Amino acid sequence: MIEPLLKVEGLQAWYGESHVLHGVDFQIAPGELVTLLGRNGAGRTTTLRSIMGIVGKRTGSVRFDGQETVGRPSNRIARLGIAYCPEERGIFSSLDVEENLMLPPVVKPGGMSVEEIYGLFPNLKERRHSQGTKLSGGEQQMLAIGRILRTGASLVLLDEPTEGLAPVIVQRIGEIIRTLKQRGFTILLVEQNFRFAATVADRHYVMEDGRVVDMIAAADVDASVDKLQHYLGV
Amino acid sequence: MLDIFSIPLPALFGQLLLGLINGAFYAMLSLGLAVIFGMLNVINFTHGAQYMLGAFAAWLMLTNLDIPFWAALVLAPLIVGLFGVLIERFLLKRIYHLDHLYGFLLTFGLALVIEGLFRWRWGSSGAPYPSPIPGGYNLGFMFLPAYRGFVVLAALVICLATWYGIERTRLGAYLRAATENPTLVRAFGINVPRLITLTYGLGVALAALAGVLAAPIQQVSALMGSNLVLVVFAVVVIGGMGSIMGSILTGFGLGLVEGLTKVVYPPASNTVIFVVMAIVLLVKPAGLFGQSK
Repeated sequence: MIEPLLKVEGLQAWYGESHVLHGVDFQIAPGELVTLLGRNGAGRTTTLRSIMGIVGKRTGSVRFDGQETVGRPSNRIARLGIAYCPEERGIFSSLDVEENLMLPPVVKPGGMSVEEIYGLFPNLKERRHSQGTKLSGGEQQMLAIGRILRTGASLVLLDEPTEGLAPVIVQRIGEIIRTLKQRGFTILLVEQNFRFAATVADRHYVMEDGRVVDMIAAADVDASVDKLQHYLGV
Repeated sequence: MLDIFSIPLPALFGQLLLGLINGAFYAMLSLGLAVIFGMLNVINFTHGAQYMLGAFAAWLMLTNLDIPFWAALVLAPLIVGLFGVLIERFLLKRIYHLDHLYGFLLTFGLALVIEGLFRWRWGSSGAPYPSPIPGGYNLGFMFLPAYRGFVVLAALVICLATWYGIERTRLGAYLRAATENPTLVRAFGINVPRLITLTYGLGVALAALAGVLAAPIQQVSALMGSNLVLVVFAVVVIGGMGSIMGSILTGFGLGLVEGLTKVVYPPASNTVIFVVMAIVLLVKPAGLFGQSK
C-alpha cells in the first residue's frame, strides 16, 4: 500500500475547557480527494483546524509526509506543505485582491503561478485592485482557494467551499476542485452539501461526536444512501 | 501692512512654523502608536519615554563619545529599538491574552521607571544639544531656522516612508493581514510572533528617531516625553486608530491648529487639541479616519 500523505491517529482537541475531538483516525493517500461528512458540531471543522495546529490543545498524532506535526506551531506546519482555506474564507479587508492572493508565502517549489491562478479565476484578475472584502461571496471563495495554490503546498484543506453560494458558482467550484485533483493536489474537503461532495471525492469519512465512525468509498455511495441519510440526518 | 486681522504676518508664520514642527512630532509619534496598537493590541504608554531615550542616546553619544548628530540619527533608533524588542520579548508577550488594562499598566509603569531612573541620574532640568545645522534663511515674511526646516522635511519623509512600508510592501501586507487575523496569517506559514516583535521594535525605533530629531530643538530631559505623549494620545484618538495616513494628516493638522490658536488666543493653545478631541469623540467616536467596528 502507498504510504499515506496524511495519517491522523487518536487525535483529540480542546477549545478551552470543551473537549471537541475524542480520538479521530483517518488517512489520505497522495493525490486523493477525501471528504469529512457529518452533522453540524460533529467536529469536522475542528479536525481541519487541529491538523493546522490552530486549536487550543491537541493530543494524538497527525503525521504529514512522515513527520509528526502535533507539538509544532501552525506556521511550521504550514511550511511542511499544508494549506488551509477556512470556512469563513478569511479574506483580508485591508488588503486588495492581489495582495490577498500574494499573501501566503511560497513554502515549497512547484506551486501554481499567478498567471495560472488568474487563468482559473478570470474574475479575480479583473478585480485585482479591489478591496478583498468588496468581492461577491463566490469571488471571495475563489480568492480563498486561489491564494493557497501558489504556495506549493501538496495537501489542501478546504472547509465548506460551497457554503451559501448560488448553484452555478457551486458548479464552478466543483470544476476547480476537479482541476486541482488532476494537477495532483491532495485534498481534504469538509462539505455539508453531500450531493456536491459525492461528485468530486474518492472516499468519504463520516464523523459523529468528535470521532470518525465510518468510511465509504465513492463506488459504494449508491449502495449506502440509507446509511448516509441516517448519519447526516437528511 | 504685513498683517491680517491685526496679526502681524511674521508672527503668524512664525507660529505656523512652530505648529508644523510640533505637528511633525505628533505625526511621527502617533504613527508608531497606531502601528503598535494595531498589531499588539497594546496602548504603548512607554512611547514618550522611548522618545526621550532616543534624545538621551543622541546626547550621551555626543557628550561622551563625540558621535555626531547624523550618526546618532541612525544609531540611537537602533539601540532604543533593540531595547523595545527586549521589552516585547520578555514583558509584553506575557500579557497579550489579558485585558487592555494590563497593557496600559505595564507600559505606563515602565515609562515611570525609565523616566524616574533618568531623573535620578541626570536631573530634570535638561541639557542643550547643539544644532547640527546652524543658521537659517530670511524668507522675507519670516526667518526660517535651517534645522527646523530640516525637521519638518525629515518628518514628512519618515512618515511617508512608513506609510509606504505598511501600505505598499509585502512585509506591510503581512502586517496589515496579521492585524486583522493573526491566527490565519500564522496558518499560512508566517511567524506572527516574530512579526509582532519586529513591529514593536520598529514602532519604538520611530519614537526614538523623533527623539533624536527633537534633541536640538528642545532641552534633552527625562520628562520631555511625558509632556508630549499626552497630546499625542489625543492626536491618535482624533485621527482614529486604524489609518496610517490618518495619523500623519491628523498629526500635522493638529500641530497647525495649535500654532494658529497661539496667534489668535494664546491661553487656549494648550487645551485646543483636547477640545477638538472632545468634539470629534462626540461627532465621530471612531476618529476622523478610523473605521467603527
